[in-house]
Parts: sequence; C-alpha cells; structure tokens
Amino acid sequence: MTELATSAQRAVAAAQAAGAVQAEAFAARDSGREVRVHGGEVESLTAATQSGIGVRAWIGHRVGYAYGTDFSDAGVEAIAARAAASAEVADEDEFAAPPGPAEVEAIAGLSDPGLAAAGADQVAAIALTVERTALAADPRIAGVEQAVYADSAEQVAIASSTGVAGEYETSSCFAYLQALAEGDGARETGLGFGLARGPDGLDPEAIGAEGAERALAMIGAAKPSSRSCPVVFDPTVAASIAGLIAGMLSASAVQRGRSPFAGRLGEELASPALVLHDDGRDPEGAGSAPFDGEGVPRRRTALLEGGRLQAYLYDTYTANREGGASTGNAARSGYRSLPSVAASNLVLAPGELPLAGLLSEAGEGVYVTDVAGLHSGVNPVTGVFSVGASGRTISGGELAEPVREFTIAGDLVALLSAVEAAGSESRWVPFGGSVKTPPLLIGELSISGS
Amino acid sequence: MSGELIDPEVCERVLARALANGGRFAEVFAERRGGFTLAIDESRIESVQSGAEEGAGVRVIDGGTTYFAHVDGLDPADLERAADEAASALRGERRESRPLQAQAVTPLPVEHRPEAVAASRKAGLLRELDERGRAQGGEIAQFTASYAEARREVTVANSDGLLASDDRTRTRIGAQAVARRGDTVETGAETLGAHRGFELLEDDPALIAEQAARKALVLLDAGPAPSASMPVVIGGGFGGVLFHEMTGHGIEADHIQKGASVYVGKLGEQVAQPLLNAYDDGRLPGEWGSDAIDDEGAPTQKTQVIEDGRLTAYLYDHVTAEREGVASTGNGRRESFRHLPIPRMTNTYIAPGDATPEQIIADVDNGFYAVSFGGGQVDPATGDFVFGVSEGYLIEGGKVTRPCRGATLIGNCLDALAAIDAVGDDFFMKTGICGKGGQRAPVGTGQGHVRVQAMTVGGTQL
Repeated sequence: MTELATSAQRAVAAAQAAGAVQAEAFAARDSGREVRVHGGEVESLTAATQSGIGVRAWIGHRVGYAYGTDFSDAGVEAIAARAAASAEVADEDEFAAPPGPAEVEAIAGLSDPGLAAAGADQVAAIALTVERTALAADPRIAGVEQAVYADSAEQVAIASSTGVAGEYETSSCFAYLQALAEGDGARETGLGFGLARGPDGLDPEAIGAEGAERALAMIGAAKPSSRSCPVVFDPTVAASIAGLIAGMLSASAVQRGRSPFAGRLGEELASPALVLHDDGRDPEGAGSAPFDGEGVPRRRTALLEGGRLQAYLYDTYTANREGGASTGNAARSGYRSLPSVAASNLVLAPGELPLAGLLSEAGEGVYVTDVAGLHSGVNPVTGVFSVGASGRTISGGELAEPVREFTIAGDLVALLSAVEAAGSESRWVPFGGSVKTPPLLIGELSISGS
Repeated sequence: MSGELIDPEVCERVLARALANGGRFAEVFAERRGGFTLAIDESRIESVQSGAEEGAGVRVIDGGTTYFAHVDGLDPADLERAADEAASALRGERRESRPLQAQAVTPLPVEHRPEAVAASRKAGLLRELDERGRAQGGEIAQFTASYAEARREVTVANSDGLLASDDRTRTRIGAQAVARRGDTVETGAETLGAHRGFELLEDDPALIAEQAARKALVLLDAGPAPSASMPVVIGGGFGGVLFHEMTGHGIEADHIQKGASVYVGKLGEQVAQPLLNAYDDGRLPGEWGSDAIDDEGAPTQKTQVIEDGRLTAYLYDHVTAEREGVASTGNGRRESFRHLPIPRMTNTYIAPGDATPEQIIADVDNGFYAVSFGGGQVDPATGDFVFGVSEGYLIEGGKVTRPCRGATLIGNCLDALAAIDAVGDDFFMKTGICGKGGQRAPVGTGQGHVRVQAMTVGGTQL
C-alpha cells in the first residue's frame, strides 16, 4: 500500500474515532510544472508538489466534509474531527450514505513515464517551439500573447469504512498559445492547443500553426447582419455546448427541478445525428480513471442516442434517491471538494461528412469558431442561452469573410433537434470538461449583429 | 498590526537560499487559509464543509524570467525546500538580500469573527433565507442559499527588505430562486458579501432571498429579448461589470506590455466623454475587493483610471512596474500561495454622475434596460467583450415597459466606452469573482445607472 493509501485509511479510522458512523477519505498528491514563454524567453517556470486529504463523515443520514493539507497524525485527526463536526450541522437526508465496495478494473495507459523523465529544459523547449512556429507562420503575426506548457502527475487514493479501497496514477500535459495577428488596423487573436498524457504526445509545431491560422483568419472581421441561418460549430464550440448539455443531464439538477431535461427520459428530443456518450474509461480522455470520486467504477453511459434521451448521470446519493445505481459520475476537483455529479469525458459520435461537406450543406450561414460569456450567458435551469461569438460567414457552401462581435442565442434543448449533421473528424477539446467531438451543423440559429 | 506567520529570521534564511544561485529579486509568500461553507437546498442544510491549508510560494526573478515553487506546510524545512526548488534552475553567483524591515500594516477591521459564531447559527440564517424566499409566492418552485466565510493570513518578505503581513476575512451569502408557471421557468439570484466578519449579516440578510425570488417572479411575465443594436441603460451596482470588462482588464499592465490590449498607447488620451470618471480602489472600507496590502506586500491604493474622459493610469504589480521603472499600484494579486501574482483589479467603479436614473431612461426612445447581470468576459487584445444580462426590460418612448429574459450584450471596448453618454447619481457597489489566467479573485464593481448610446443586444427576437 502506498503512503497516500495508508493516510486515507488513517483518516477513516480517525473520523470514526471522532464520532462518525461511516467515513470516507480521498487523498491526492499532484506534482506539476508550468512554463510560460514570451518573446523567445521563459517568462516563468513553476514547479510544485501539493497534497491533501478530504474526509466525508456520516452520522446517521447526516453528512459533513472537511479537508486539509496536514498529513501528520494530529493533522489528519483534526481534519477528521472537523468532518464529523460538519455532519452534526447538516440535516437528515435518508439517501445520504457511502457506496459499498465494487470490483474495479485498472485502465492501461493513464500515466506516461515520459512525463517525469522530461527535464525542465525539454518542456520549456515545447512552449518555445509553439511560440516560434506561430511567429514564423506569417509576417502579419504581430506577436504571441502567451505560449504555455503545463503538466501534472497525480496520485489518488480512496478508502472508506464500507470497504472501498483503491488507488491510481494519471499524468497529463497540455500546451497552448494565444497568437496575435495584425491587419486592417485591428488586432486579432487565435488559440492553438494540444493535450496528451506526456510531452511526447504533443505536436508543438501543429499547436503554434493552429494559433497563427486562427488569428490570421480573423483579419478584417466585421459584424454580421442580424438574421436566423444555418450555423456550423467548430469542435471547440461544439465541446462547450456538449459540456453545458451534460451539466443539465446531472441527476442532481434533474431531481431538484433545475434542469430543462427533468421528466423527459426516453423522449425523442434530439436529432438522430447527435449521439452523445459519457465515457470515463477512454484511455485518451483527460477525465478517465478506474473509479470516480467516491470509488465507484467509471463506465460508459449513452446519454443521447437514436434521437432519444437515454440516461442521466448519477453519483451514489442521486442513485439512492431513485433506488438505482451510480453511473460512476461522482466528480471531485481535488481533495478540496465534496463529490458532485459531473461528466467524466463526453464523446460525440462522428458522422459521414468532412468539414467541407458540412459547410456545403449549410450553404449560406455562419461558421462559429469561438464563443464567449458561457458562464454569464447560459441559464442551466431553463436552457436559454445568448453568448458572444466570432468566426467566418459561409457563402455558397464555402468559408468566406471573418465575422466578430455578434451573439448566437436560442434554447439548448431545441438546439438538440436542430443538429443536422456531425462531421467526420473528431478531436479532444479541453472546453466544457474533457470532450471528444467533431464539428456540428445546426439547421437554424439566431444571430445578433448589426 | 498583523503578526507574522513565519519568523523574520526564517524569512531571511529562505530568501538567502532562494538567491543562492543568483537572481535580482526573491520573495517568500506564506499563507494560512481556512474556510467554512454550507448550503440549504430543498429546505435541507447540506454541503457543510470546512477547510484548512497552509503553505508558501517562493519566487526568484532573474532577467525576464521568474522561477517559482510552492510547498504545503510552513515549517522552516518546507520553506527552504521551496527556496531550493525555485533556485535550482539558476546558474549564477549568490546574491545578498537587504535586511528585513517590518511594515506597519493595519488589516481591515473584523468586528465579529465568523469562526467564533456557532455553525448552528449559520444554518439558522440559511433557514431564514429559505423561508423568506419561498414566502414570496406560490410560484417559487425551488430555492437554494449558501453561506461562505474565508480567512487568509499572509506574510510576504522579499530581498528588497520588505516584510509585511495581513489578515483577511471575507463573508458572503447567496440566494437563488426558481419560479415556475406552467411550462415557463425562470431564475433569479442575489448575493451579499464583504471583506468583513459576521457583522455583515446583522442587518436583514434575508432581504437577498426576497430579491432573488422577486427577480425570478418578474421574469415569468418576460418575453424574448430584442436582437438589435440600440441604446442600452445599465443598472447600478453589479452593472459595473461592464466597466470591469470593457476597460479594467485592458488597462492591466501585463496585457499592455505584451501589446495585447486595445488600450496600448492610449494613456493620456480622451477615451470617453468628459462626464466619465473611474477608479480602482483597493482601500474602500469593508469592500469585497479590498485588502490592506496586495499579495506582494505593496499597500493598496486608490487609482484614478479615467479622469474627465481621459485614460490616466494602468494597473501594475511588481514585475510590470519594475519593467517600466514606475511604482506598483498595489494590484499584484494571487489566488493563493500556489499562484504567481499578476496585475488584477480590486474594486473598480465608475464614479457617480449628476443624472437621475429616471432622466437617463426618459431620453431613450427605443432601447434596452439591463437590471440584473450574470457577469462578463473580454478578450483585451481585440477588445471584444460580452456582458450577460439575466433581467432586462424594453424602453419605449422614454418609459420602461415589458420584461425580457436573458440576453448577452456585446461590444468592442473603445467604441462602447466612448458611447457612454450619461452617468447616474445612484452609486453602489456589488461583489464579483473575477477569473484571469486560471486564478480567481474577489473583486468589487460599482456604478450608478449608465447609458451606452448603442450596443448590440443579443436576444432571439429579430
């Protein structure tokens, strides 16, 4: 057993000694690096290890939580005691109970040993190459606001009084840049990014080139006229939308009457072209793990298939409320957070047509490559959205002049049935969670411009 | 004056180790942070949690490069480990620090320490909010509320000889209501927060429950928002998010120095009509975005950023100020000891003008009145910003008429700033959480009613 797993066991025992009837401890240790470069030089280099432990304590059907960073005996006892004290404050909830143990199958390929082997100079070179490639792409690239490489090697251990015991390791890294292009008296920005399990999985030239290409494509952008028209979402935008949909499919939102999908299980509410799964076991997915934030095995769950709403996402608590089983979707953002229902990785199934085919189908419309204001412009309870956007017009079935400073608005549930086709080429996108998606063609959407 | 989290002698030792391989500047930032939160949902107290963390971040600056390491724990050995890690990438000669001089810092006053208040009383407060929210009408279908207290004790010491400590306590409550009539569902939210203790909640805190419920109920009668470019009147308080996005981020010196802001080269220029005056003020008593010192030990200050329509200042942290040979404006902020400081706003606001809200609205023939806001986002390099409105109304013939549901307002910084042609006298501040570079910071925003001559309203009604 690792030191982390032993600490988790110690915390469970300490919580029970402090008055908890049942207890669970989640311990995590994360070693990470971040390199930011600007103007061909390293602007900052960060290296750090952090670790902490979070304890859930149940007294009857009351549950409380506490976390901390002190792994000494006294430190763990203090955290456990605070968790038990928190439980005393909560109200009784008959469905609040820890999950029992389950058979957990390991997933190969979640950790790349090449990550630890790569030195600081080696990973700094990745960020420098990203920046250099973008700068060399075109004389109109005026600069790179920032090029960044970051990685993380994480160890997780969980233990509970009901017999849950597990641990795993993952690694991940990413690089991105924001390129600046100048032309027509204005500055435009372009994002390029890539993610992988280890530095060898990144293609810094491709990332730099993507940022440059996106920024250059926006030169001369103007406001489009207000209208209702076909829209194509590029994968970064499709991923953000998928993330919003998955949030509304959380059983927690559904059971509490705060989702537009409440009471609609089995209904035909999406286009058959839109096939959405939650997949917590895809070795390529950043959200993959053998088990979720409370030790329940991760799995694959069909959400939208055949045009119908197939399932909601559950953790143990929401499953208990319906007398069902958890879908392994208890998520934690580290040891500081109580588990809550969230998607692991979202996978949108690809369709038949390449991007050119989707544009051709759209005929006259808008290709949206970026959206802004998702946190303020989407109402997750009603599904009504209005967000800022930029991209290119589609004219005669092909990409035409760039457009910016407009909004797209509508209703997310209605949007599901307006999807006419999914593209044939998918990519992993770190927006909306961890999402693998192709571009999507939407039949009609409101555009607000001039 | 606030006590140090670590002994000055330990600080000196850590700084010496940080400069063992050279570097122009070294700093140790130590922090102890704790918090307690709980919520009420379905009239049940839940999500009760408490946290306690401590650790330190050490940075060494050499040329244009910052080397940064952070550790959990505040034992001298932990701090020395961080210093060694930060110094490990340098290859130069040892440098000496100046002797530390403790700065006199008076933390913002906290009358009633939240930790000293029984958890049951906090739970009771949320039950009061729940009852008050649900009492607003049978159409209130769901109600949730949350309570959060957070304390950050910090000590910062650097190789220029600065040694300063601060002790910060923030308290905040929030309420969210869902109203339902048939198939129509609407939501409303309200918050109350301050850099203060439990005394914040002595004066009718449950009013926010009533306000959240009222917003949701009003929207049950709402129609779609217009989709057009038109005059927009922005309400007071959190309406200040408009200025935060449209100008505040663009004048943070890191964006300026990278050429990634539309405000590059605009210092001293007329960027707004002469009626506009605006400030960033980290010293406003009790405000959400205030601190006695910033996270680099510099005293916070009141900085006028727009004077009679002219751009008068950028916002600096240590690194960006040093690069230009100017003084920090006390805007170096970091989410925690695990983050590097960057230039951030504190409390940013448009100063009150002469007009009354009624006059500002009366002059609009056909426009949009934005009252409640979700937040905003900006790309400082292009100047494109968005601003989410959760509750709005049409203005027709100088009068506020029918309510509209959610719409995003979109604009370009310089155009929209120059288009502000009226500023109201009904000034107040609200709390926000700002995200930048992956770091969250509490910020205040404020203004009275403000009118923008033309902006794109992104509704669904063409």
